[in-house]
Amino acid sequence: MSALARKLGVVAQRRKSTVGAGVSLPIVGALVAVAIFLVVGSLSSSIFAQQTVAGLAQGAVFGSLALALVLIYRATEVINFAQGEMGMAMTYVGYQLTLWGLSYWLAFTLTLAIAFVFGVVVQLTVIRPVQHRSVIAVVIVTVGLFILTDGIVTWIWGADLKFMAAPFGNQVYHAGSVAFARQDLGVLLVSILSVILLWVLFQFTKLGLAMRAAALRPAAAALVGIRVNWMLAIGWGLASVLGAVAGLMTEPTQFLQPTMMQAILIYAFAAAVLGGLESPAGAVIGGVLLGVFLNLVGQYVHFVTSELRLPAAFAVLLIVLVVKPTGLLGRTQVRRV
Amino acid sequence: MRAGRHSRLIVIAATVVAIGLLPSALDGYHQGLAARVAIYFIAILGLNILTGYTGQISIGHGAFMAIGGYTTAILSHDHHMNLLLTLPIALAISFVVGLLVGLPALRLSGVYLALATFAFAVSVPQLALKFSKFTGGSNGTQTDTSFSHLKLYVVGWICAGISLVLAWLLLRGRIGRAFRATRDSPVAAASSGVSLPIYKTLAFGVSAAYAGVAGSLYVIATNGFAQPQEFGVTLSLQLLIGAAVAGFGSLWGVLAGAAFVGLLPTISASAPLIGSAHGQDVVFGLIVILIMLLLPNGVVGLFAAVGRRRHARS
Amino acid sequence: MAALLELENVRARYGPVQALHGVSLEVDEGQIVAVLGANGAGKTTTLRAISNSVRREGSIRFAGKSVGRGGPDDVARLGIAHVPEGRGTFAELTVWENLRLGAYTRRGSIKDDLARVSAHFPWIDERRDQQSGTLSGGEQQMLALARALMQRPRLLLLDEPSLGLAPKLVTEIFRIIKDLNDVEGLTVLVVEQNAHIALQLAQKAYVLEVGRVALSGPSTELQQHESVRRSYLGY
Repeated sequence: MSALARKLGVVAQRRKSTVGAGVSLPIVGALVAVAIFLVVGSLSSSIFAQQTVAGLAQGAVFGSLALALVLIYRATEVINFAQGEMGMAMTYVGYQLTLWGLSYWLAFTLTLAIAFVFGVVVQLTVIRPVQHRSVIAVVIVTVGLFILTDGIVTWIWGADLKFMAAPFGNQVYHAGSVAFARQDLGVLLVSILSVILLWVLFQFTKLGLAMRAAALRPAAAALVGIRVNWMLAIGWGLASVLGAVAGLMTEPTQFLQPTMMQAILIYAFAAAVLGGLESPAGAVIGGVLLGVFLNLVGQYVHFVTSELRLPAAFAVLLIVLVVKPTGLLGRTQVRRV
Repeated sequence: MRAGRHSRLIVIAATVVAIGLLPSALDGYHQGLAARVAIYFIAILGLNILTGYTGQISIGHGAFMAIGGYTTAILSHDHHMNLLLTLPIALAISFVVGLLVGLPALRLSGVYLALATFAFAVSVPQLALKFSKFTGGSNGTQTDTSFSHLKLYVVGWICAGISLVLAWLLLRGRIGRAFRATRDSPVAAASSGVSLPIYKTLAFGVSAAYAGVAGSLYVIATNGFAQPQEFGVTLSLQLLIGAAVAGFGSLWGVLAGAAFVGLLPTISASAPLIGSAHGQDVVFGLIVILIMLLLPNGVVGLFAAVGRRRHARS
Repeated sequence: MAALLELENVRARYGPVQALHGVSLEVDEGQIVAVLGANGAGKTTTLRAISNSVRREGSIRFAGKSVGRGGPDDVARLGIAHVPEGRGTFAELTVWENLRLGAYTRRGSIKDDLARVSAHFPWIDERRDQQSGTLSGGEQQMLALARALMQRPRLLLLDEPSLGLAPKLVTEIFRIIKDLNDVEGLTVLVVEQNAHIALQLAQKAYVLEVGRVALSGPSTELQQHESVRRSYLGY
């Protein structure tokens, strides 16, 4: 390997140890304080409440995609720049299925299955040959995948706006003077459900345990008979499913267009870094926090107009990276070479 | 050894002559295309200095191009400045911004830096939209004057040549060795007195300056329009890919990388099956992936391998 | 009767450095065989060659069949448990999870295996939910052994089980190994720097020097051997 590859690739070969105390107390305290603030604010102002709920729903989407990113990063220290585009492509697949007459939820389920297979295939064909090489080699492959996916989708379906029927309808619920969109509540529900299912998989099944082991210590995992490469492929499959969920949940608000996930990818990056790149819980919490933050800031700070949402997310990303790179729930890493 | 050095000089001379003679063989449109290759050449050269020589990954060089491009557009539009004069100013401003970006970048590395620069690249066009009083918002700003295709070609390739010579001079000397040291063995470098922060930040500045000049020329090449959508994510991605195709850490492959990024989309757009505007993305993406899978060291690696095999046979 | 494990002219290297220059050895079923030698002699590499943790050439046969050059997971599935240098436990996971992982290749219920393991290491039951990285050195070593036992292996590869342990713990661990060998007929190939205790435990031993087998034979013989006494036993 060239000297450059060695230097850039060194990150990919070190395994980090996260043994020790759990999440730090001040952080938990801060999160609780934020939660209280949100509840109090929502009770006192209906606009605050609406923005918070909408922010939670958007944040759930960020969190889903962020969770996908974290899954892959934890296992391979690879950032999949194409995660959003893959989710977008799967959303188009779901759209096509509804065009062919399937009901929304049937199309939804089928799309998730297809997304899983898609993720596995991508890992086997495109990622596996390069995953042992430098960080930047894999980054570029995912970038190539980004462009390729974008191209294929636009080629097949065109770049014009399309619209899929909203799964939860357009009803609006009223609690007092506050209006909650059924869509937002539905998005929250679906996202929470997928996170719970994933958690159950990882904590309580043999497969989940094997996947965790393969991500933590691939060499030791192989010694107990785990096929580490298959675990990676399954991880990519699951991440792809999460990306599809994110895409399908955000489609009603973003409309179906090839660029629909590009901004969300940035938000997901910011959310993942905020939560801690190696923490799945952090990804979800980071997503939710970011969604609510952006909405509230957009509402109450007049300088921050819609064009500044992305730069605001970037600012959050930068601040976290500079102040506490391991994020809210990431533990201080001990590098094991 | 001597034969090697001589054959290299001959190749360089031949390339220079070819570039000099090329415009006479091309019509305006194709001259413009060839000029675009020069523009990508300069930007990718800059990126290569950063990523290839000091090992700092940047997926945000489109943002520096935006800065240079908007500088040119605004100076020309609001202050009626001569386009050529705007180039050094764009260079200076981009250099400074590069230094400013390089400072926080010191704390990041690997994927974290890639993420941060990626987010930076996405944010800058948004900032251009926001501060529309200066930048013209989504309509952008247009330069007062423009270049003919031929003039763009000439200016572009002269700048490319100057950039290459400057890069070569910079990298073969002490600074180049310092850059390589920060990439290969930071600990050794630091303990032998090479100030890592200074050189890493300097590399960012220099690389941004290159991108800034490229951005100015880019704006001139696109009818003088500086618009946010011109400098989207795709541009930064293309630059990174161009640098990878070139082979990181090599100056000579940059020409191949620039040609790849500058010409392939246009060529594949006119190919029969793929014709439509987004078929070219499919081809581009596919080829990028294939190159990364098959040619680990970029195009330069391919030539090196071929050269080795020829030597082995003789 | 063919040996359970046969290595024939096994070579291995790390990049340009050749670590094994042709190692041949045999382990019969039910035996404990020790591999001795100084640092860098290639002891660990020998075990890694068996478990496909390092690329190797030469022939390795297990239970009469040739071992393919796939990956460590293939070897584990053949019934070979390798407790490597550094123990191979998952510090971030709990004791219980480590044990479950040890049984990864087994089908069906693992309750019996857990009972067995708890019998040998009674403290494991009460510490099931403790993160294994927070265990003491001795406990981690025992966990590593327990983890390997969960696999119900036909052959156990142990890499320096005494490393970093207080003498009392070393005696304890070796007693357990001897027990397993006596009662359950577990076949063990153990790499050790502590030649004294290794020769007491094993029936047969090989002495490696610079990647080759310099000496081999029954432990009783080696214990009397002049150069072994001087170099490894200290008298």
